Amino acid sequence: MKSLAELAAIREKMKDKIVLREGGENTRIVVGMATCGIAAGARPVLNAFVEGVDREDLNGKVVVSQTGCIGLCQYEPIVEICEPGKEKVTYVKMTVEKAEKVLKEHIKGGKIVEEYTITSAQKA
Amino acid sequence: MKELSLNVLDIAKNSVKAGASLIEIRLEETDETLTMTITDNGCGMTAEILRGVIDPFYTTRKTRKVGMGIPLLKMAAEQTGGQVNITSRHESEHPDTHGTEVVAVFHKTHIDFTPLGDIISTVTTLIQGSPEIDFEFLHVSDQFRVALYTRQLREILGEEIPLNSPEIIQWIAQYLREQYETFSH
Repeated sequence: MKSLAELAAIREKMKDKIVLREGGENTRIVVGMATCGIAAGARPVLNAFVEGVDREDLNGKVVVSQTGCIGLCQYEPIVEICEPGKEKVTYVKMTVEKAEKVLKEHIKGGKIVEEYTITSAQKA
Repeated sequence: MKELSLNVLDIAKNSVKAGASLIEIRLEETDETLTMTITDNGCGMTAEILRGVIDPFYTTRKTRKVGMGIPLLKMAAEQTGGQVNITSRHESEHPDTHGTEVVAVFHKTHIDFTPLGDIISTVTTLIQGSPEIDFEFLHVSDQFRVALYTRQLREILGEEIPLNSPEIIQWIAQYLREQYETFSH
């Protein structure tokens, strides 16, 4: 059973790591979490990124954050990937499976998953 | 919305936008009903704004003119024979006691009752998005009591470890999951 005492132990373990996380520009994964995003299934997508970043040990290099409605509700759930010095990539109609693939191929592998981008969606 | 927990997430996000520093989410269940109460100490709404909030074409946004959060909640409650009540005190009239309270009552036995769904994900998503806000989550019935107070966690973690660190978010999810499991046996 989890206890608050266990949290204190996690704090001690994390203290050293936190120092490493400060400074330097991070890659940002931004998930749309307004009414439209939530209704379209953004919550599991956000969770997939949060869990994936932890699992792949990307803490400190990648930050997952939430934003409101960007006016493209028909394409929700929308995820934007902002890497320092690179153009923003917008992924649309995201799912947990797509999130896993973006994490693996784009975030870790550096290769944009073209088929999920808004550019591809608008061509189709 | 496919789950009521998504409505909870959506409505609590309004409290975040209202600049609240404390958001309480209380779910109380009987055999017949589920009562959802979301209370915040945000900027609140004037009577005029509050009147408009129930209308799907009312929003405070300047760029687009449709706000669907409250109407969707109202629909989910009323289709079970329940209702939504909102009381709010705007900071211009109540500088010390401003905030909003949304209370939704659902009849669980009605065929159109939407299941609560993954409430744990809603709580972790809120904390992940707003680690600086104090959330008080309480889910109670005759059979169980599940609670999470982020202020307690922050006291242990101190200033240097934000509540939205992935490790902490995972811990919170597990902490809540185990509380529910204790009562399901």
